[in-house]
Amino acid sequence: MPKLARDLLFPLIAVVAAFIVGGILILLVGDNPIVAYRLLLGSALSWPDGIGYTLFHATPLIFTGLAVLVGFRCGLFNIGAEGQLYIAAFATAWVGITFASRSAWILVPLCFLGAILAGALWGAIPGVLKAYFGSHEVINTIMLNFIAVALVSYFTQYHYRVPGDPILQSAFVGEGAHIARLGKFIPGFPERIPLNLAFLLALLCCLLVYLFLWRTKWGYEIRATGSNPTAAEYGGISVRKQIVLAMAVSGALAGMVGINEVMGYRYRYYDGFSDNYGFTGIAVALLGRNHPVGVILAALLFAVLQHGGIYVDGFSEHITKDIVQVLQGIIILFVAAEAFFKWSLGRFGFRRLKA
Amino acid sequence: MLELRQITKRFGAVLANDQVDIVVKPGTIHAIVGENGAGKSTAMRIAYGFYTADSGQILVDGQVREINSPHDAIALGIGMVHQHFMLVEDMTVAENIVLGAEPGSALSLDLKSAAAQIRQLSEEFKLAVNPNEPVEHLSVGQQQRVELLKALYRHARLLILDEPTAVLTPLEVEEFFAILRRMREQGKTVIIITHKLSEVLAISDEVTVMRDGKVVGRVQTKDTNAAELARMMVGREVLLRVDKPEPQVGAAQLEVRNLSVVAADGSKRLNGVTFEVRSGEIVGIAGVEGNGQTELMEALAGLVDVSRIRGETILGGKNINSVGARLRRELGIAHIPEDRHRRGLLLDFTLAENSILGVHYRPPIAALAGGVFLDEGAIQRRANEIIEQFDVRPRNAALPARALSGGNQQKLIIGREYRLNPKVLLVSQPTRGVDIGAIEFIHRQLVSLRDAGCAILLVSAELEEVTSLSDRLLIIHEGRIAGEVDPKVATLEEIGLLMTRGH
Repeated sequence: MPKLARDLLFPLIAVVAAFIVGGILILLVGDNPIVAYRLLLGSALSWPDGIGYTLFHATPLIFTGLAVLVGFRCGLFNIGAEGQLYIAAFATAWVGITFASRSAWILVPLCFLGAILAGALWGAIPGVLKAYFGSHEVINTIMLNFIAVALVSYFTQYHYRVPGDPILQSAFVGEGAHIARLGKFIPGFPERIPLNLAFLLALLCCLLVYLFLWRTKWGYEIRATGSNPTAAEYGGISVRKQIVLAMAVSGALAGMVGINEVMGYRYRYYDGFSDNYGFTGIAVALLGRNHPVGVILAALLFAVLQHGGIYVDGFSEHITKDIVQVLQGIIILFVAAEAFFKWSLGRFGFRRLKA
Repeated sequence: MLELRQITKRFGAVLANDQVDIVVKPGTIHAIVGENGAGKSTAMRIAYGFYTADSGQILVDGQVREINSPHDAIALGIGMVHQHFMLVEDMTVAENIVLGAEPGSALSLDLKSAAAQIRQLSEEFKLAVNPNEPVEHLSVGQQQRVELLKALYRHARLLILDEPTAVLTPLEVEEFFAILRRMREQGKTVIIITHKLSEVLAISDEVTVMRDGKVVGRVQTKDTNAAELARMMVGREVLLRVDKPEPQVGAAQLEVRNLSVVAADGSKRLNGVTFEVRSGEIVGIAGVEGNGQTELMEALAGLVDVSRIRGETILGGKNINSVGARLRRELGIAHIPEDRHRRGLLLDFTLAENSILGVHYRPPIAALAGGVFLDEGAIQRRANEIIEQFDVRPRNAALPARALSGGNQQKLIIGREYRLNPKVLLVSQPTRGVDIGAIEFIHRQLVSLRDAGCAILLVSAELEEVTSLSDRLLIIHEGRIAGEVDPKVATLEEIGLLMTRGH
C-alpha cells in the first residue's frame, strides 16, 4: 500500500465507522439517520452561510490542531492549548485597547505579536517545568488552563470591562486592530459572516509548520527529540531546549486563535468564548495523524459537525446537537483504537503494516 | 527424540521456515546455528507450540504429534528456556518454578514438597540453587538455572535453549556447559540455538545449520570446524580472524586521567581510570558487562552531566572536561554507541535523516537561508554515499531505520561516524546482534580507520572480538582498570581471571 493511502485509510475508517454507529443511535432514538445526516451535512455545506461559518469554525481548530501537533512531534502532550488561547486572546485585546489610537499598520502587527508572544509564554511555562524540573507537562498544562481562565476573567471583570456592561467582556479594540472579513474580497459572500483573514493565516501556518518541522534544523531537532530523546542527546541536541522550544511554538500557534476571535470576529475580548477549541485540537491532531495537511482536513470535518449540529438541533424531532458530540467521541474512540489495532496486527506477525 | 519433517511457516510474505527437516537424537546436545532471521527460533517455537506450522509434521519419540500450545509440548516432555527470562523478581525460586503448575489443592499451596523436589533436582544436576531464595537476589547465571529447573520440574526430557549464553560471562558459560553435559549424562536431550561457533564446537554432538529459512547442513560436530560452519551459515567464505597489519602508532590523541563517574547515590560506577589512546592504534577494553564500560564511553562522548564527572579528559593536548556532546563531535570524537536502538538511531526516521544525526545543524547539511534550512540534496548525497560505501541494505534512503536488520542498522551508524573523519573513535559492542557476514565487514572497516591514523577505543563483551581487533588490551573490573595485557600473547584464561577477580 502506498504511504499516502495508508495514512488516509485509518482516519477514513474511523470517520465512516463513527457515522455508522451514530446512525444506529439515531435510529434507536426514533429518527431517520439519512434525513439527519443530510440536514447535518447540507446545512454545513450550503453557500454562502454554511460554508462560511464552517470555515470560520475550522479556523481556531486548525490553530489548536497545529499546536497539539507540534507538541506531539516533540513527544509532548500539550493539553494546555485552551489556556494558551485564552491568555493570548486577552493579550490581543489588551494590545488593541491600550494602543487603540494607532493606525492599522502599527496596530495589526502589534496585536499579532501580542497573541503569539502571550501564547508562546504560557506554553513555555510547562515546557520549562518539564525540561528543568521534570514535572509532567500533562499535569502542568491542565493546571495552567484553570489559572489562565480565572486570570483573564478576573482582569476582564475588574479592569477592562465597560462600566455598566452586564456581559463579561472587554471594551472594543481600536479600529486599527480589525482585520478584514473575507466577504470584502469575495463577491456574493456577505460580510456579516465572520470568516476573516485569520483563516488564510491558519492555512499559511500549516505550510509554515510543515516547513519548520521537516525542512529546518530546528524542526529536525524537535522531531528527533520526540522520536528518541536519548538518540537526540547522542546527536548533540539539547533535549531540554527542544522541549521548551516546542512548547513555546505550540503555545504561539494556539495563541493565534486570539487573532481570529478578537481581530476578526468580536473586536473585543469576550469571556468564555472558546468552544473547547483547545481540547478539540487534540482530536484534530490525532485524526489528522499529526500532519499539517491532516490537521486541515480534520479541522474541516469537526467544523462541519459543529456547524451542522446547530441545524440538526433546530429541525429534527428527537435528536439534538449532542449527536455531534457523540460523533466526535466515536471518531476519537476509533482513532485511538487504531493504535490497538496496529499493535495486534504486529503481534500476529504483520509487522510490515506498521512501518 | 524430536523430529521436524518438512515444516513450513510463513509470516505474511516472509517464508520463515521452508520445508525444514531437523532430527534430534535422544541423549545428545544438538546445536541449531544460523544468522539472525535464518528461521532457527521459528522452528523451535513451532516445536514448542508457540506457533503452528503451515504444513509439515512433528514427531516425538517416533510418533506424529499435534503440538498446538506450549501446554501440549510440556505434556510431551518438551521444555524451553527463552533468551529473556520469564521470572517474577520478588517471588522465591520455588514459587517461580511452581507458577502455573502449583502443587496441592486449589485452596492450599503445597510449597514445602515442591521445594524438596526442587532441591533434589538441583542436587541431581549440581545446579546449586536454593529454592527459598528470592529471584531478585540471584545473578543472571543463577536465574538461568532457575529457568532450567522450571523445565525439569515439569518433567522435560527435551530442553530447548534459545541463545542461552548471550547473557553469561565467560566463566558462567563454562559452568553452564558443565550442567548441560551432566544433563546429557542423565539421559536428557538438549537443543541449543546459537550463533556463536566456538560454543557450538565446545558443547554440541550434532549441528543443524539454517540459512534463509532452510536447513543447509547437518553435520557431526567432531567432523566440522568453525570455518566450515560459518561458510554454511553465510553462504560464502568468511574470514573469522581479523587480518591486520602492524599498527603505525602516532602521538597520544585521547588521554584519560583519573576519570570517575559518580552516580546519584554517590557511588562511582567508573572509578579513577587512567589510560591513553594514540593515533593509529586500537585500544580494547575487556570486562564483564556492567563494570563501568558504559559510563566510560558515555563520559568520553560528552553524554554524562559534567557535575557527575571527576578527573580529566584530554583530546590532542587540550582539556575537554566541560565540552558537550555536540562540540566533542566537532573536535573529532566519533561515537558508535553500545545500544543502537536507544542511542544510535532514530528508528522512525528515514535512513537519510539518520545519516545526518550529529551534523544536521551545520554545513553542508544545514546550509540554506543562513544555515536554518536543511539541504535535501546534500542529505540524499550523504545518505547514498554511506549506503553505497558501507553496503547498507536495502539500498533505499527513504526507508525508516526500523525496517533494517541489526547488521544493516549498525553499518549505517558506522558509516555515519566514519564519514566524520574522526581523530578518535569510541566504539562499543560494534557487532552485537550482527550477522557473521556483516561482522567481518565491520571489523575490516575499523582496522582501515585505524590504519588511516584514527585512535580507536573499543569496548566489547565478545572476548574473541576484543582480543583479535585490539593492539593493546585493558581489562576493566568494578570501574577500575584491572590490568593491561598484550592481546597477541595473553591467554583467555588470563584475561578471564582479570575480568572476574580484578587481579
